Amino acid sequence: MEEIRDVVLEYVKKEYMEDQDEELTYDTALISGGYVDSFSMVSLKRFLETKYKISLPDDKATPQAFDTVNNIVKLVQEFLNK
Amino acid sequence: MAYSDKVRGAYQEQLKALQDGGIFKIERYIHSVQDAEIEVEFPPGAPLKKVINICANNYLGLSSHPDVVKAAHEGLDARGYGMSSVRFICGTQDIHKELERKITEFLGTEDTILFPSCMDANAGVFEAILNEQDVMISDRLVHASLIDGIRLCKAMTDSFKHSDMAHLEEKLQLHSDKRHKLVITDGVYSMDGDTAKLDEMVALCEKYDAMLLVDDSHASGFIGKTGRGTHEKYGVVGKIDVITTTFGKGLGGASGGCVSGRKELVELCRQKARPYLFSNTIAPPVVAGVIKVLDILSKTTERRDKLETNANWWRKSLTEAGFILQPGDTPIVPVMLFNAKLSQDFARDLFEEGVYAIGFFFPVVPQGKARIRTQISAAHEMHHLEKALDAFIKVGKKYDILGKTKNEVTAMYGA
Repeated sequence: MEEIRDVVLEYVKKEYMEDQDEELTYDTALISGGYVDSFSMVSLKRFLETKYKISLPDDKATPQAFDTVNNIVKLVQEFLNK
Repeated sequence: MAYSDKVRGAYQEQLKALQDGGIFKIERYIHSVQDAEIEVEFPPGAPLKKVINICANNYLGLSSHPDVVKAAHEGLDARGYGMSSVRFICGTQDIHKELERKITEFLGTEDTILFPSCMDANAGVFEAILNEQDVMISDRLVHASLIDGIRLCKAMTDSFKHSDMAHLEEKLQLHSDKRHKLVITDGVYSMDGDTAKLDEMVALCEKYDAMLLVDDSHASGFIGKTGRGTHEKYGVVGKIDVITTTFGKGLGGASGGCVSGRKELVELCRQKARPYLFSNTIAPPVVAGVIKVLDILSKTTERRDKLETNANWWRKSLTEAGFILQPGDTPIVPVMLFNAKLSQDFARDLFEEGVYAIGFFFPVVPQGKARIRTQISAAHEMHHLEKALDAFIKVGKKYDILGKTKNEVTAMYGA
C-alpha cells in the first residue's frame, strides 16, 4: 500500500507538475484541482496497467477514480486482488 | 411560462458569481473601423475617446485596408450577400474554389477546405480524420478551439508538457501501438507569443510515424520570411500534414478559416466534418476580401517586414524601459505584471493615457502570471508606438515597477 502510494505520487509529480517544488499530497485533488488535464489521464492509466500488470476497464477509469493518489491506489488494489 | 422566477433567479446567481469573482467580461464599443487608432465608448454611455489600439489581431493592418474594402464591395456586387445553402447543396461558388486554391498555394500544402471559422475547422477536423483506433497527442497549452475539437473526437487523448520535446517523444513511444498518431500544436501561442519548435516536431513525427497538425492562426500572413507561417520560419513547408488557420486575424480580420494539408485528409473533412456540412460557408464579400489579401501578400512582403520592424522596436523599447517581457520574437509581446489586480489597474490607467490594452489573469493565464498582452500591427506608425511607450512608462513609474525583478514586483503587489 505505502509503496504503491509513493510510486503513484512520484509519477504524478514527474508527469504533470510544472513546478516540482509544489506540494502534492496523497489527497490533493489532481483532476478537479487542475493538476492533471483530462486528456492525459490516459497516460496515468497506461502507466498503472504496465507497472502493476493489470487491466483497468474504461468505465472504472473515471475522473473521480483518478482524482487523488489515495483513490488511484484504491482502484489499483481492487484489480490487483482480482 | 417555462422561464419561471426560480429559473431566472438561478441564472442571475450564476452571473453574479462571475461578477463577484472578477471574471465578468465587459465589452468596449468601437465607433470606428478597426485600425491603429480607434474611437471607443467605455464605459457604455461615456463620451468617445480616441485611443491607440495595441490589443487587436490586426497584425498586418489589413482590416480596413482600402484595397481589401474595395474587393469586398466588388465581391458583394458580383456574387451577392449570401448563399442560403451549405456547400454541398448549392452553396459553392467559383470564388470559394478560387480562395481554396490560393490558400493551398500560399501555405504550400496539397489542398484546402474553407470553414465558417477556424473554431469550426478545429471543431470538425479531428472527428473527420480519426477514430477509436487512433491517438491525439496535444501540447498542454493549445488553444481552446483545439481542445473542443479533440473532445468531439472518439480517438484516445494524451498531452505533453508545453514545448517539451523529450516528453512528446515519450508519449509517441507510449502510443506506438495505435493505428494513427496525430500530434497537435499551435504555431504561435497567443498568450505567451512563443512559437512551436516545428522542425523538431516534424523530425519526431517522422521517426515515430505520426502526423502533425498545427493551428497557425496567430502566424498566417506574417511569420516566416514571406509570411507563410510558422512552418516557413522552421523550414518545414510541405511537411505539416494539417494546418488550420483563420482569416479573422492577419489575413484581413473579417471571419472564416480553413483546414489545409494532405489532400485525403481535406477530402475527408469535405465528406464528414460537421461544421462544414451543416453550416453555410464564408459569405461572398468576405471571400473576395481574403482573395485580395492573399494577392497583396503574395506580391510583396512589405507589410510583414514593417510588422517585424515595429515588433522588434516595441520589444526592445519596453525592455530598455525596465519592463519584464515574456521572451519571444513574434508581434505578441506580453508585459508581465504577475498580480491580477495590478494588470487590471495598469490597463485602466493606460486607457486614461489613450492606449487600449487588456490585462489577462487567471484562469486565462496561469495563477501568478497576470500580464498586459500587447499586439503590434503593421498599421502602427512610429508615432503610435512612441505614444504607447510613453504611456507604459508613465503608468509603470506610477506603480514603481520599472527595472524591478519579478520577486520585487510580487513583493509589492502579491503574486
